[in-house]
Amino acid sequence: MPDDLVQGTLEMLVLKTLALEPMHGYGVALRLEQISHGVFRINPGSLLPALSRLERAGRIKAEWRATENNRRARYYQLTPRGRKALEAERAQWDRQIAAITRILEA
Amino acid sequence: MFSRLTAGLRALFHRDRRNADIQREVDSFFQASLDDKLRRGMSRDAALRAARAEIGSAESVRHKVWSAGWESTADSLLQDFRFALRQFRKNPGFSLTAILILTLGIAASIAIFSFVDAALIRPLPYQDPSRLVVLFESIPLGPRFHLSYLDYLDWKRQNTVFSSLDVYSTYGFLLQTPTGTENVEGARVSAGFFRTLGVAPILGRDFRPGDDQVNALRPVLLSYSAWQRRYGGRSDVLGQTVVLDGDPSMIVGVLPPSFHFAPAEPADFWATDRADGGCEKNRGCHNLFGIARLKPGVTFASAFADIKTIANNLARQFPDSNRDQKAFMLPLTDVIVGDIRPILLVLLTGAALLLLIAAVNVASLLLVRAEQRRREMAVRGALGASRPRLIRQFITEGFVLSVASGILGLALATAVMQLFLRLIPKDILATMPYLRGIGLNLHVLAFATLVSLGAGILFSLLPALRVSLSDLRESLTEGGRSVSGTLWRRFGSNLVVLELATAVVLLTGAGLLGKSFYRLLHVDTGLEPGHLALVQVAATGPAYDKNEQLVALERRLKSTLSTLPGVQSVALTSKLPLGDGDITTGFDIVGAPADTVHREVAFRSVSASYFPTLEARILHGRWFTENDDASHPPVVIINEQMAREYFAGQNPVGKQIETQGVKHMEIIAVINDVQEGQLDAAPRGAMYFSDLQFPSGFFAILLRTSQNETALLGPAAAAIHSVDRGLAVSEPATMTERIHDSPSAALHRASAWIVGGFAALALLLSVVGLYGVIAYSVSRRTREIGVRMALGAQRSAVYQLILREAARLAVLGIAAGLVCALAATTLLRSQLFHVQTWDVTTLVGVAMVLGSAALLASFLPARRAASVNPTEALHAE
Repeated sequence: MPDDLVQGTLEMLVLKTLALEPMHGYGVALRLEQISHGVFRINPGSLLPALSRLERAGRIKAEWRATENNRRARYYQLTPRGRKALEAERAQWDRQIAAITRILEA
Repeated sequence: MFSRLTAGLRALFHRDRRNADIQREVDSFFQASLDDKLRRGMSRDAALRAARAEIGSAESVRHKVWSAGWESTADSLLQDFRFALRQFRKNPGFSLTAILILTLGIAASIAIFSFVDAALIRPLPYQDPSRLVVLFESIPLGPRFHLSYLDYLDWKRQNTVFSSLDVYSTYGFLLQTPTGTENVEGARVSAGFFRTLGVAPILGRDFRPGDDQVNALRPVLLSYSAWQRRYGGRSDVLGQTVVLDGDPSMIVGVLPPSFHFAPAEPADFWATDRADGGCEKNRGCHNLFGIARLKPGVTFASAFADIKTIANNLARQFPDSNRDQKAFMLPLTDVIVGDIRPILLVLLTGAALLLLIAAVNVASLLLVRAEQRRREMAVRGALGASRPRLIRQFITEGFVLSVASGILGLALATAVMQLFLRLIPKDILATMPYLRGIGLNLHVLAFATLVSLGAGILFSLLPALRVSLSDLRESLTEGGRSVSGTLWRRFGSNLVVLELATAVVLLTGAGLLGKSFYRLLHVDTGLEPGHLALVQVAATGPAYDKNEQLVALERRLKSTLSTLPGVQSVALTSKLPLGDGDITTGFDIVGAPADTVHREVAFRSVSASYFPTLEARILHGRWFTENDDASHPPVVIINEQMAREYFAGQNPVGKQIETQGVKHMEIIAVINDVQEGQLDAAPRGAMYFSDLQFPSGFFAILLRTSQNETALLGPAAAAIHSVDRGLAVSEPATMTERIHDSPSAALHRASAWIVGGFAALALLLSVVGLYGVIAYSVSRRTREIGVRMALGAQRSAVYQLILREAARLAVLGIAAGLVCALAATTLLRSQLFHVQTWDVTTLVGVAMVLGSAALLASFLPARRAASVNPTEALHAE
């Protein structure tokens, strides 16, 4: 059973992925799987709602474009607000991780 | 934020396009996934299988994306709302009953609350009203009597506890208008009165200390409504002259619209007290009430003690005038609303009780329906509805019900408020100026919202609890006789018993009050009230300065009025009976040993025809005759109560008394007690002088007629004016009207109606509640009834079965209610007139009414049970 991700964490990871370059939904899922060495396998039932939420929040914006296979896909990219949100959430995540580590090593 | 709103709205209104967009995205994901797998070298079949497995259910993915937006919650709420409406439409009987019951309950409580708010919650229009007190002089006859001017000055000078002390009295002014003399309502106050209250005029100026000097033009303040009514709200009213009581007076200011002073209302004109009548020089002439503001830090008790000491000192200093006169003090709020406060609180409790019954009733009806929908809920749950979703359905239904009833109830309440206002006679309403602002104001709306929300929460919780407590799986099985079902049934039965008991209590109260009202209206007043026309007359001015002039006027009036068609007799009195019973004086018995007992009785000055016109009865002695005039010795007629109190065991006729400066007055008769006070007042001593010997410039005329007395009022006024245009004629009425509109009658009538209204509603609610419980029980026992009938039970046996269950509940409820009624009605004791709180007829009547109502309520379900088809019943469930 693949590790489940908390909803907020997934959104942070999606933002990070899109910070590197704009991509479509499947591309994000693929990239996340690759970089995490298969630990996180995001199914569309979790990813697409997350993308919708991020879009509603104004953190990413989307447009239909042609893929390399000449198919139509919705490409997402980070907005300035999203970039700021990513930084903030990254900082908070680091704080939490440091705290958890300290507790576990105490 | 705003974009989120618009995106959601767009999704809501263009649902298909949104769905299509989502589908396209899912498709493109699938396509990208497929391409990627093919690129990695999987076979087409394997790639397809893997891609499909990855997506899972496209429907489910679409739903998840849709749920990511706020519009999905809004949409499902809207769905719930539409479903709730459809449910209500499908069960019109249930919906209409529920809404009707709730609306009635909510309307009653909102209407009552508006009165409570206007009278008790809204602050009085003065500065720091809790620091204001009203001062009286208390005498053996009672605690709330007037002060005299000289006493007021001494109290003002000697006290150390009031930052200011002023006086007021109600007063009727004779206003000279182009069309004649008009009697107008007003008040006379000392110069610092409005400053003591902390009220400033919105136009012009307040009174100044020099204003009560006789030589200055008397200043007058207008009430706001008088300014609007009589002067059209024009700002040039300042400086205008009005002639009041023959004195030219100047309007110097207008009072604020929010201002009212109930003890002196209604009052159009406010004038300063003038040192003119001579009453202010006589310490024994009492015509004022005091109003004072406590100094900061002074308590009510210490101020009361201080003023009591001052009054006792005065009584010692001036024994002739002030003997036995003590000081009495009450907070202003008590004087204004003290009488109606207990009534209003009782009404509010009643309304709350009624609302509770209504809410409980509707909740139990909802429970019944929730039971019937058990299977529907179970199926929905099996199809994937989450428990919160199901609970939300009930919550929506509950709130739709309560919001609809709340709105309807608010609308109905405005009508009920007007109805209540009409229960109060107009001239009594004028003395309750704080009721002017009754209507849909902020407080009332807030209360209405609170009540509706509370009801909504109650209705949603109960069925929702039922859903969460029950095992959904178990409801799907056949013949589920769950423990929780029996629990709820017992709960419903207990509720009905409670409702029945409450209805019994209210019905008993209504019955007692109704009986008391009836007894009040038929009490022996000592006079015959039918066919009597009444009118007040004021004869003032230099033409009526001397007694002979007034006597001559009386003769002219009598001869003119007796020529009117249908008039059987004409009589005069200085003050009509069945009023406030006031105007008293002291007297001493000539020849009796001197003592310190203070004798005080009411006194009136009447014409010789007075008692015959009233059809009073003479017990000893003779009537007044035309011979009892100024050239003959003064005579007096006393009533039975005075004879009982002061001439016990003797025959008073022939004895002499000394009173009002007359050394020898012979008692020529004893008559039966004519009620000078209110219908329910205790008998009080009264004596009557001949108005040929002691005429009064302010008197009332009574006309006994054989025909319709109301038609006589107009011609009578015209006839009086034909004798002298300068006479002020006012307050035309008939004696029966006077009785009907009297404060005590109005109070009893209003109480009986209101409690009766409550009782009727409570009865309706109990009947509906009983019906609900029995119907529910029948629906759960359908199978059992089918079995019984299949085994040979007759229809009558089924009837008995159901009716016995109903009877058990009814008997329990009625019995409990009767016990509670015996306890609760002791609260009414002070309101009841000649009726015991444990009046047997009423109790038996109430029990019978409820018994038959209960029978009716249970008859319908019983009939349905008896007409059950055994085979159908056995197959059902």
